Amino acid sequence: MLANLAPIDSLFYFAGLVAVIASLKVVTGNNTVHALLYLVVSLLAVAVCFYLMGAPFAAGLEVIVYAGAILVLFVFAVLMFGLGKDETSHAPQNKGLANMFGAMVLAFALLIEMVIIINNGDMQQSLQANVIDSKAVGIMLYGPYLLAVEIASFLLLAGLLAGYHYAKPDLTGGAL
Amino acid sequence: MTSIPLFHVLILSSLLFVIGFIGVVARKNTLFILMSLEVMLNAVGVAFIGAGSVWQQADGQVMFILILTLAAVEAAVGLALLIRMQKKYRSLDIDLLSQLKG
Repeated sequence: MLANLAPIDSLFYFAGLVAVIASLKVVTGNNTVHALLYLVVSLLAVAVCFYLMGAPFAAGLEVIVYAGAILVLFVFAVLMFGLGKDETSHAPQNKGLANMFGAMVLAFALLIEMVIIINNGDMQQSLQANVIDSKAVGIMLYGPYLLAVEIASFLLLAGLLAGYHYAKPDLTGGAL
Repeated sequence: MTSIPLFHVLILSSLLFVIGFIGVVARKNTLFILMSLEVMLNAVGVAFIGAGSVWQQADGQVMFILILTLAAVEAAVGLALLIRMQKKYRSLDIDLLSQLKG
């Protein structure tokens, strides 16, 4: 059954497998920073899936906003927590690069997959045939979905205010 | 229409969603709960993009962008609350938050 799969399909299943493995490692991890590394790998694998499904714009957004912005927010928060004692006590002691080996292997597999996709002309053509470009998304976003965009902007404003309010130094000594 | 069947995309999406849900339910550390929530939102995004690519409509990607906004706001507010919690209790154990005040 695997032999007569189209190449795009098999690459999609492989990226999906990487995403599932990385997500499992996120959920079962003991060390916060390693779990964040696996979360980045999971998001990158999902981005490859998006690309293979004909949504390169969404794939780019996934990498830039999710893996680039939200995960950096997580890393900053972990820095502020000072790597809580309850989590790092379970983690193995410093073994050099051995801790990151799994995440690196998965990320390299994704890189090889991307190189295969970019190098293969037939695959590029069949991907180009059914792509939904960012122009269509933009027209949709500022046409029928304009109200949703406005609501999303209010949501972002609310998030900004809430983040500022909760994270500022507590001067009055109130409750949580 | 792509050659990837929608059924398989939905299987991948639900697998990721269930993994994230197990993380939310089973973990005690609040930071891991937030990360599992990100995995869950991501899984929903996979479902939307897959449906949009099967029907060749841009709506799927529009919904994905809205989910992305939601995930960003959720991470910002959640992490701010976690910083508050860490300041007050010196720990991220969710069981510390089991009692309401007043």
